Amino acid sequence: MRTPEAARVDPSPATETDPPLLTADGVTRWYGHRLGCRDVAFMLWPGEVLGIVGESGSGKTTLLDCLSGRLSPTAGHVVYRGEDGDAVDIFALPESRRRLLQRTEWGIVRQNPRDGLRMGVSAGANIGERLMAAGWRHYGDIRGSADEWLQRVEIDGDRIDDRPVTFSGGMQQRLQIARNLVTRPRLVFMDEPTGGLDVSVQARLLDLLRGLVAEFGLAAVIVTHDLAVVRLLAHRLMVMQGGAVVESGLTDQVLDDPQHPYTQLLVSSVLQA
Amino acid sequence: MSEAAAVQSTGYNFAYLDEQTKRMIRRAILKAIAVPGYQVPFASREMPLPFGWGTGGIQVTAAIIGADDRLKVIDQGADDTTNAVSIRRFFARTAGVATTTRTTDATLIQTRHRVPETPLGPHQILVYQVPIPEPLRWLEAREAETRRMHGLADYGVMHVKLYEDIAQHGRIATGYDYPVQVGQRYIMAPSPIPKFDNPKMDRCPALQLFGAGREKRIYAVPPHTPVKSLDFEDHPFSVETWSKRCSLCGAGDSYLDEVIMDDTGRRMFVCSDTDYCAERRAAGHRGEGDGA
Amino acid sequence: MTDAPAMIAVEELDKTFTLHVQGGARIPVLSDLSFTVSAGECVALTGPSGAGKSTLLRLIYGNYKAQGGRILVRHDGAMVDIASASPRTMLAVRARTLGYVSQFLRVVPRVPSIEIVAEPLIRLGTAREAARDRAASVLQRLNVPERLWTIAPATFSGGEQQRINIASALVSERPILLLDEPTASLDAANRAVVISLIRDATARGAAIVGIFHDRDVRAAVADREFAVPEVRRAA
Repeated sequence: MRTPEAARVDPSPATETDPPLLTADGVTRWYGHRLGCRDVAFMLWPGEVLGIVGESGSGKTTLLDCLSGRLSPTAGHVVYRGEDGDAVDIFALPESRRRLLQRTEWGIVRQNPRDGLRMGVSAGANIGERLMAAGWRHYGDIRGSADEWLQRVEIDGDRIDDRPVTFSGGMQQRLQIARNLVTRPRLVFMDEPTGGLDVSVQARLLDLLRGLVAEFGLAAVIVTHDLAVVRLLAHRLMVMQGGAVVESGLTDQVLDDPQHPYTQLLVSSVLQA
Repeated sequence: MSEAAAVQSTGYNFAYLDEQTKRMIRRAILKAIAVPGYQVPFASREMPLPFGWGTGGIQVTAAIIGADDRLKVIDQGADDTTNAVSIRRFFARTAGVATTTRTTDATLIQTRHRVPETPLGPHQILVYQVPIPEPLRWLEAREAETRRMHGLADYGVMHVKLYEDIAQHGRIATGYDYPVQVGQRYIMAPSPIPKFDNPKMDRCPALQLFGAGREKRIYAVPPHTPVKSLDFEDHPFSVETWSKRCSLCGAGDSYLDEVIMDDTGRRMFVCSDTDYCAERRAAGHRGEGDGA
Repeated sequence: MTDAPAMIAVEELDKTFTLHVQGGARIPVLSDLSFTVSAGECVALTGPSGAGKSTLLRLIYGNYKAQGGRILVRHDGAMVDIASASPRTMLAVRARTLGYVSQFLRVVPRVPSIEIVAEPLIRLGTAREAARDRAASVLQRLNVPERLWTIAPATFSGGEQQRINIASALVSERPILLLDEPTASLDAANRAVVISLIRDATARGAAIVGIFHDRDVRAAVADREFAVPEVRRAA
């Protein structure tokens, strides 16, 4: 009983014709004879958060490294549409341009804040570095911006001259986020951003991330093995196993009605709190 | 003493190094001049004095010195310290060249940690002894990464150091080895000269060469090249000033050393550049402490 | 009522769960199911427990994946097939068209109630202050005490959480609402409030599909009932 009215299906609402921010196409990475990730393809639009889940060794970190331009894929393309509107294959760019993107329009939040922070300099300098790299040359402005961002990530302003070694793990991670977001990037890559943190600290960080993502309309790719993290942060989800994407879709659909045997196993293995 | 005589008197090749090594170093120097501020790797040789005593500067001097040169060697501005004396004697014996303590008379000046007060001319070459040539080393330990940063002019981190200075001390407290940008391109460590000397490097008519023996690097600032000291708009670069003048020659425009006179703590300030001070006194200038 | 345009048209819908972790067991829940809901209409799903009422709501919301058939919903003036829509389309459909009240509240731990309720509006571009004002009026109407507005709902009672859930689904006046037991944990007074909110929604033209176990609530809000047929299970 199909009504003529109902048959008029619009396959692509207006929003779908917007150009994507990031397009991955056939991204494959081999380490010699060992597979990192194989034939990964997706599109990411401004303001969208994509979660990538899978167990250790499933290739999700390799994929993230390829997407963020830190590891060149054996095959495939990663195309980014920059602020200027030009779509560029990031591995066809000269390294200087790629680095410029990484420190201006992108952010990269590492699992271990020690890898993403300069532990030997103050919190203020950690936040200010990206501004200085972007050409800021006014100390007062840089410090003001650092101070503002410390507050945003809920770190007391009087810690601005303290080194991150004196911070707790959760504070270090929040500082890393501030350091990445200070230049208002359009795309942020996160590798297990809540890994290694206490549950209560995780909740605070998730809340903060969610607020910042919404406030700045950030697009993000978040790699994690924590399904609770993606349920709260990610609009869409990709499930990886053995280097390949086995299932993808809306986050709640993939988690609540998983289709692939591996996803079902992953979801059923989580202890219900 | 002629070149041949020098060889005869010491048994060494002219200026100690063999000709192949000199050619290798000269090639590095030419490349350094062609790419101002860029650190050129070179095969640093063992020298008859330990690293840290100016082996880099000595190799550069040995590679470029000719029989007609007149050599001046200073250490912290002074011609009469052990290091300066021994290096000057080394070249007098192995190359048989004339030496001098007068800046204006010298064609080649090897220096540790100072630039002479007397302005240099186009006929002169200044050779700096450099302990740590990498200005980015303070923040980035990996050599491969610092080289990539130089290659891509990825220099944001340099201002981090200055930022930290202001955050901790309220001003840029870096007084020595103050980082500069050469010819609007490479960030360069000027060696541990006081920042007082930085402006003298800017558009200097003399060729400036830098040798780091232990780190095996040579770099250069060709004549008349712009050399800019890094700073912030609201914390502009400035040099040290003193409320005193030189006690001996009365100079108010030179870099002063503080000298403790006795156990009661009496002090006086004198020119760090001994030749500059001596020249001024010879011209009749007198300071308050002179002859007292 | 028949003149009103169809807002939901479910056609020949099949839903079977395949449990790979349990030896590939197949559980058919819906088979060849079709029904339509018009604008301004409230349809109550009925049928015995386990017949697939909640599953049907979740399929329409895109939370479950259909094995066959189409689920057409009117979104921005055109019909979109939820069963085959891309995730990106689904996000847009949910933001502007589909509201869903589940029996459970799932939110980020530290976010205050009023922010949770205001968020759908802010996401649609309403200014923060205006969104908070709207949220406040809905919370007020649902008798959520003002002292709770600035507190995260994690520690609330079941009824209070339920009302936060309803408030956040109703605040942005989406044209299609899916309600799964919206009054289950509410007392009589608040049930009455929810009933009036549902009537307001249909009056403004919203299409509503709901599961209402409470006979009185069902009688008060539903224009008609749709019995979800039980699918014979493969042995």
